[in-house]
Amino acid sequence: MISNRPEMVAAIAGTMRSTVSRRRLLQAAGIGGAAMAVAACGGTGGDTAGSGSESAAPVAASAEDLSDTEKTLIWSNWIGYVDINDETGERPSLDRFMADTGITVTYNEDINDNSEFFAKVRTQLEQGQEIGRDIVTLTDWMAGLWIQSGFVQKLDKANIPNFSNMIASYLDVGFDPGREYSMPWQSGFGALGWNKSALKDALGTDTLVSLDQLFDPALKGKISVLSEMRDTMGIMLAWLGFDPTNFTDDQFGQAIEALTQQVDNGQIRQVAGNEYVAAMESGDVTAVIGWSGDMFQLGDAFGVALPESGGTLWTDNMMIPALASHKKNAEAIMNYYYDPAVAAEVAAYVQYVSPIKGAKEAMAKIDPALVDNPWIFPDDAILGNSYVFMSLTPEQDATYQRAFQKAIGN
Amino acid sequence: MVVGVATTGGTSIAPVAQRRSRTGYFLLLPGMAWLGIFFAIPFVTLFMTSLQAPVEGSPGQYVPALQISNYASAIAEYWPQFLRSFLYAGIATLLALLIAYPLAYFIALKSGRWRSLMLVLVIAPSFASFLLRTYAWKTILADESPITTFLNALHLLPDGRILNTSIAVIAGLTYNFLPFMVLPLYAALERLDPRLIEASNDLYANPITTFRKVTWPLSLPGVVAGTLLTFIPAAGDYINAELLGSTQDRMIGNVIQTNFIEFRDYPIASALSFMLMATILVLVFTYIRRAGTEDLV
Repeated sequence: MISNRPEMVAAIAGTMRSTVSRRRLLQAAGIGGAAMAVAACGGTGGDTAGSGSESAAPVAASAEDLSDTEKTLIWSNWIGYVDINDETGERPSLDRFMADTGITVTYNEDINDNSEFFAKVRTQLEQGQEIGRDIVTLTDWMAGLWIQSGFVQKLDKANIPNFSNMIASYLDVGFDPGREYSMPWQSGFGALGWNKSALKDALGTDTLVSLDQLFDPALKGKISVLSEMRDTMGIMLAWLGFDPTNFTDDQFGQAIEALTQQVDNGQIRQVAGNEYVAAMESGDVTAVIGWSGDMFQLGDAFGVALPESGGTLWTDNMMIPALASHKKNAEAIMNYYYDPAVAAEVAAYVQYVSPIKGAKEAMAKIDPALVDNPWIFPDDAILGNSYVFMSLTPEQDATYQRAFQKAIGN
Repeated sequence: MVVGVATTGGTSIAPVAQRRSRTGYFLLLPGMAWLGIFFAIPFVTLFMTSLQAPVEGSPGQYVPALQISNYASAIAEYWPQFLRSFLYAGIATLLALLIAYPLAYFIALKSGRWRSLMLVLVIAPSFASFLLRTYAWKTILADESPITTFLNALHLLPDGRILNTSIAVIAGLTYNFLPFMVLPLYAALERLDPRLIEASNDLYANPITTFRKVTWPLSLPGVVAGTLLTFIPAAGDYINAELLGSTQDRMIGNVIQTNFIEFRDYPIASALSFMLMATILVLVFTYIRRAGTEDLV
């Protein structure tokens, strides 16, 4: 019925005036993806399911690089994840790259959910076909899955001199030691967000600091939590005093139980996740477990904080899919966005964490007020109170996803 | 109904009939090819997928098997969502019938020169995307919306809200599939011979009896077609539950989606789809039989 096409998203974007934030439109396309999946389920489900022949040591296939003759590049990213001139709708940094290099970039905002995007391209990847994209931008755990499965090409760092601008702590991640396959695009936090005046009416305070407050009966039916398992469960685990970077099955079970209780007693109104921004604006939801950048894009009437017990920290990573035929062009744009001045320009708009050294200094020239914003340039206090979710084996991932989906009614 | 009429015509003169029947088969080809490629083959693949077994140690991978237990585990896990789907779809269908019947009656028999305009108005919402229309309902039913505020003032809402409750899901289903109820009803009522109603009046039947004995039985084909066209998509729908419901309102479509995308559990997703189809088929056959209109639908 509805497939996850960019024009679909664009159509919806058109109907929702006002500022468009990154995850604002996700639900729309998320549902589109779901429709697609169900359609596929009735259609080619058997083929995809039967084609599993991943070898133990996957090798990423590469195609002939057409970069020298074809000055084009197709990039899949999340919505509202690059600077946009709100008046003209142009993307200044992207336009400048195109003017400077002569490479035409097709920038698709068609990643709305890691699992959904993967479901869309999985068959092609497994059957060794190219997926029509030269860069994809995926969250850590999904990036790890792609790297493990041999779905991405190794970066040629000779083409990316600015690679050295990557902040050191990003270099040695478990899923890609030394960053051979991926470069961080932006990071962000799973945090508490709230509508200040509505919270004051309900709780008598306009700051939210803990999940105890979030689960106060005065907020019954006015809470939304993220459908991204790692963000919601990471925060729940920390609330119960467990370590989201290293926990046991039993501890996860307890966190699920705590979540189930809040769902069943009606405290949590929705776990649709991506919809929470619109629901906050309409007043349907007072407080959320949400994503840091979104709250800033909502404006001053809304607050954001890491819960005292701790929030989550995630990163979305740029990667070059197997068989992508414009690898050098892709590396050129990765290099371009690792220039501190350009990185600062992006961060000033999207208000997520920039992984690039020198972006902070460059920010002084763009918007001095943002230089000390710990949500863009996190300080030790904020980093010390946020956790990167434990990396899971595929079996654990499957088990935990099931438990989580069951808790939220699926 | 229309198709039934079209294909049974013309078998009176033998030689012509011979030629015509061969032409008939020839004309069937595109349709049959379409059905074969887009229904029969996927149907078989779907069934085969539903019997696949997982590969030990690599989640998301499945091998062909005859694992009938997939069906048992799908039912054991998801029977509440199954029941809920049919309950919600049933209520929505009933509501749609109650709303659509008077409307269709009016358009067919009383609207005069406004008839075309009114029909266009019935269909007009369908020009907008299904998704957008459902989004609009989020605004209509929002906590601060006039409707919710009004009903709350009367203390009619147990949860103090409409959005993210089963009321919202059923309302959304009713609204979205209403045209599918109105149009067949209109088609049936429009063909109703007004002289029959006059005759009934002449024979001293009161309006209620006239409706019971004349109008209703003659509109039954429309009622059956309309309820089926509403119930079937409503039972499989998941967008209304996703956008307007809460975690307690998930329908079968939602869990199929979750199994397919989140769990990559294709066998269970296929088994669920298959059972949804089978259940609807059984319900439809029982229904048509009871309505006694096999020849009309």
